[in-house]
Amino acid sequence: MSDFADLTIRQAGEGLRAGEFSATELLEAVHKRATMTEAELHAYLTIDRNGAARMAVAAESAFRRGEDAGPLQGIPVALKDNMVTRGVETTAGSKILAGWIPPYDATVVSRLQAAGAVVVGKTNLDEFAMGSSTENSAYGPTRNPWNPDTVPGGSSGGSAATVAAGSALGSLGSDTGGSIRQPAAFCGVVGVKPTYGLVSRYGLIAFASSLDQIGPFARTVDDAAVLLEAIAGHDPMDSTSYSGEVPDLRSGLGAGVQGLRVGLIAEMMGGEGYDPGVVAATRQIVAGLESAGATVAEVSMPSVDYALSAYYLIAPAECSANLARFDGVRYGLRVTGSTTEEMMANTRGEGFGPEVKRRILLGTYALSAGYYDAYYAQAQRVRTMVIGDFERAYEEVDVLIAPTTPTTAFRLGEKASDPLAMYLSDICTIPSNLSGHPAMSVPVGLDESGLPLGVQVLAPALGEPVMFRVAGEIERQASFSHRARLASSVVPR
Amino acid sequence: MSYQAVIGIETHVELSTRSKMFCACPVDTSSPPNTNVCPVCLGLPGALPVLNETAVEWAMMIGHGLNCSIADHSVMSRKNYFYPDMPKNYQISQYDLPLCIDGHLEVESDDGVRRVGITRVHMEEDTGKSTHVGGSGTRIHDALFSLVDFNRAGTPLMEIVSEPDIRTPAEARAFVTELREIVLALGVSDAKLEDGSMRFDGNISIRPEGSESLGTKVEIKNMNSMRSLQQALDHEIRRQSEILESGGEVVQETRHWNEDTGRTESMRSKEEAFDYRYFPEPDLVPLAVDPDWDQRVKNELPELPSQARSRYAGLGLDAEAAALIARGDAGALFAEAVSAGADPKLAANWLTGEVMAWTRRENVELAATPLAAIHLAELSSMQLDGRLSASAAKDVLAGVLAGEGAPADIAEERDLLQLSDAGALQEIIDQVLADNPEAAEKLKQGDEKVLGFLVGQVMRASGGKADPKLARELLGT
Amino acid sequence: MSEDAGTPPEVDIDIRRVARLARISLSVDELATYEEQLPVILHHAARVQALPTEGIEPTSHPLPLVNVFRSDAVGECLDRDEVLAEAPEVQDHQFVVPRIMDEA
Repeated sequence: MSDFADLTIRQAGEGLRAGEFSATELLEAVHKRATMTEAELHAYLTIDRNGAARMAVAAESAFRRGEDAGPLQGIPVALKDNMVTRGVETTAGSKILAGWIPPYDATVVSRLQAAGAVVVGKTNLDEFAMGSSTENSAYGPTRNPWNPDTVPGGSSGGSAATVAAGSALGSLGSDTGGSIRQPAAFCGVVGVKPTYGLVSRYGLIAFASSLDQIGPFARTVDDAAVLLEAIAGHDPMDSTSYSGEVPDLRSGLGAGVQGLRVGLIAEMMGGEGYDPGVVAATRQIVAGLESAGATVAEVSMPSVDYALSAYYLIAPAECSANLARFDGVRYGLRVTGSTTEEMMANTRGEGFGPEVKRRILLGTYALSAGYYDAYYAQAQRVRTMVIGDFERAYEEVDVLIAPTTPTTAFRLGEKASDPLAMYLSDICTIPSNLSGHPAMSVPVGLDESGLPLGVQVLAPALGEPVMFRVAGEIERQASFSHRARLASSVVPR
Repeated sequence: MSYQAVIGIETHVELSTRSKMFCACPVDTSSPPNTNVCPVCLGLPGALPVLNETAVEWAMMIGHGLNCSIADHSVMSRKNYFYPDMPKNYQISQYDLPLCIDGHLEVESDDGVRRVGITRVHMEEDTGKSTHVGGSGTRIHDALFSLVDFNRAGTPLMEIVSEPDIRTPAEARAFVTELREIVLALGVSDAKLEDGSMRFDGNISIRPEGSESLGTKVEIKNMNSMRSLQQALDHEIRRQSEILESGGEVVQETRHWNEDTGRTESMRSKEEAFDYRYFPEPDLVPLAVDPDWDQRVKNELPELPSQARSRYAGLGLDAEAAALIARGDAGALFAEAVSAGADPKLAANWLTGEVMAWTRRENVELAATPLAAIHLAELSSMQLDGRLSASAAKDVLAGVLAGEGAPADIAEERDLLQLSDAGALQEIIDQVLADNPEAAEKLKQGDEKVLGFLVGQVMRASGGKADPKLARELLGT
Repeated sequence: MSEDAGTPPEVDIDIRRVARLARISLSVDELATYEEQLPVILHHAARVQALPTEGIEPTSHPLPLVNVFRSDAVGECLDRDEVLAEAPEVQDHQFVVPRIMDEA
């Protein structure tokens, strides 16, 4: 291997332990790669060189003392900039938080540090994680390493792009309606949305509390499991945190799919807005699973057609309250006004971007007197129906398969003026957020224009072991190799 | 025309738990500004609430104290409105599924005991405090700017909502007084009106006497004492009556009680200020109180003021004394004195009379006086067996309170002991009879009218120390 | 409302009022954009009203948890200087805000 930045987490860990290179050398390789790619990609909002250097040195001395905190010790990772980091600017991609230095660490940040990981920096995102292209960042868009004219997806576009481009070996994102899985598919990496509650949300700047979940990006299914294992587990600071044992995520890896029952979600296999190439790739993957010994059935989930509508009521409603705290009183931007009311309205009018304002207005309306039952309460009933559809499906099958996105990466600006078209790109991912079930995207190939294709594996609550098992088999069959075909303007060959 | 008022009271009580409702910051109002804050109660991005279990149990205790049912399923909600001392710009509160429902409280009123319904008791978090700086007027918006301290933000707060069952300002006062005593007896709050750890708002409408329909309701805020509660309601009844008398209509609004002018004033309010957009708080999970938990809390309830009052009444105390003793810190001393042998009535009279007057005059807590249960028992037996007259007993009590020692020593010291020894007294009686042969003769013939005169002579001859009761007995035989 | 099948009703939204409720000042252009876009999005979202949901309980939490508590113990607070360093305006260790017009 010519460049440490292209190693998987597993490979890098072996190299560190074999003394082939030090954590500092690994970090330097990643920094060098970032220097090369950032001008074009803009995947990072902050690169914390000093902090990362300190963590790399700490990992090195731990190795020297014979201490090993596990597979992440010394591994350079990136964090979506909606996870708070003590002493390091955290903006959530918004002007309203420009310059904010948090006085505390998110639980996932503390866990990564305890695992010896080296945090390279904070990645770009759609403002407050609201978007599907990372074009809604107040700090400019991130571009897709496969083709800089296309978007990396969103909202965790920066985290997906760093892992694809080698400016981090792994990263964390957050997924509220597909914000990990959709950019993972667009950037040709593995992205996991765990079961709701498996990873603490403490310190994740909330978008929609009942849907948000933190999860990893990695180049392999195994790396993704390593990252998830490091951050999963009960947190007394999060009331919605799962308090049971974390399942052994890697127990099924490499076990194949012999005897497993796989379902194909009928409602996501074509129709308006779906690329035939995406659907065909999904069918091909399912055929591969069948030939590997799985039984395959098509499963109908009629309520998923309504999931997007329900989502665009629930998520804005929750966000309208979650973002009320940005008012110019205690932190962040303040735009003056002659009264407190005026100051708050001016601050929020200027500090929030158009998509955030759009969703706050939608949510405020959906909750307001006279509309609550018709919109919000009704959306929550549809949510119950979506969960019911999943539960019925999981009586028949062990996992479900669907495309991650109806299309591959679209061009910058293509959907920027049509919010509804943008929202539709989350149509395959949203149902899992409503149900709280885990789902992940695995890269399976490239379309005719050389853009990555992703397939989604969905599992019941806490079904991560079987989900990773099937994802591992898909990865093995697809033998997707991303490094060689990245845009040469981004990573010269 | 004569009008009847229809009044409901909404009371807020801050709990005195160690830590706040949703975070581990201390509940402590005496700290310097913005020192008892953390990411949660400061509403920092990313912070999440976790419910304080003790606060929930204390809320259940208040519910039981007010004869409520505890809901087996209840939910925290977000109440959305912008205000600079509310860090998240929503308050975590309860809405359609509160913890305690359907209670009542019995209140003494002019026409006997009145049952006031308790609609609900729910849990929420308190806000921070704003101090308004500059400007000339007394109202918030006359100020130039405000300073915000978030130490109080997140303090557990209970909202207790009554049914509109109250008919007079005096009843309203009695209701709030009883409520306060319950909260104090439960030990869940210091319920200090002057510090705002107990606060109330009222809503009031009036209707022609005898009418069953309801008039237009007005909400009154800023009543910071029992006195201002009563005055504000009195004023509001007058104001509304005058409007109706002159053919006008009462406007539904929120009014602010101005202590200085003694009037209620209309508050500026926007229509949308009332659109709170409640929805279930997604950061907290529902509460499920099962019968076992409910029973456990119930079993640990201390004696409530109404129970204490009926127990005292059972000991022969009159209603007023029972209420007085049930109220303050005299209850424990009373109970101890009675079990040490004191006569309940005597002990109650002393405690509610001389002792309370003393503590009020000296401005000391009862616990800070030298008075002990054993003193009351001793004093009681001295008066009952005639060694002390009722008035001498009060003198001795004053001595005990002043720290002069035990009752027997003080009585001796002050020369207050009565001659209650029949032998010694008989000598004086014999001498009085010898000195007043005429009266002695009449007495012998059964003329009871001279008895009073002779007892008086005995008292004089004994220098006031004779036990008049014993003297009367001895003369009569 | 929930029983109605077929096309969702016309959307009736007063953007100015909603923006006031949400404390967001909007430019004339923004107002025009949202007046055009929001009804379209809401119309799509209102499809939820077409589903027969009688007897179906709303779900607000994906996990069926109840009774998650912390014990009543005091922990560490933040350093005041660190907190106030992030504030737009401070006086006497407190956050300064302009004149407040509403009385909460």
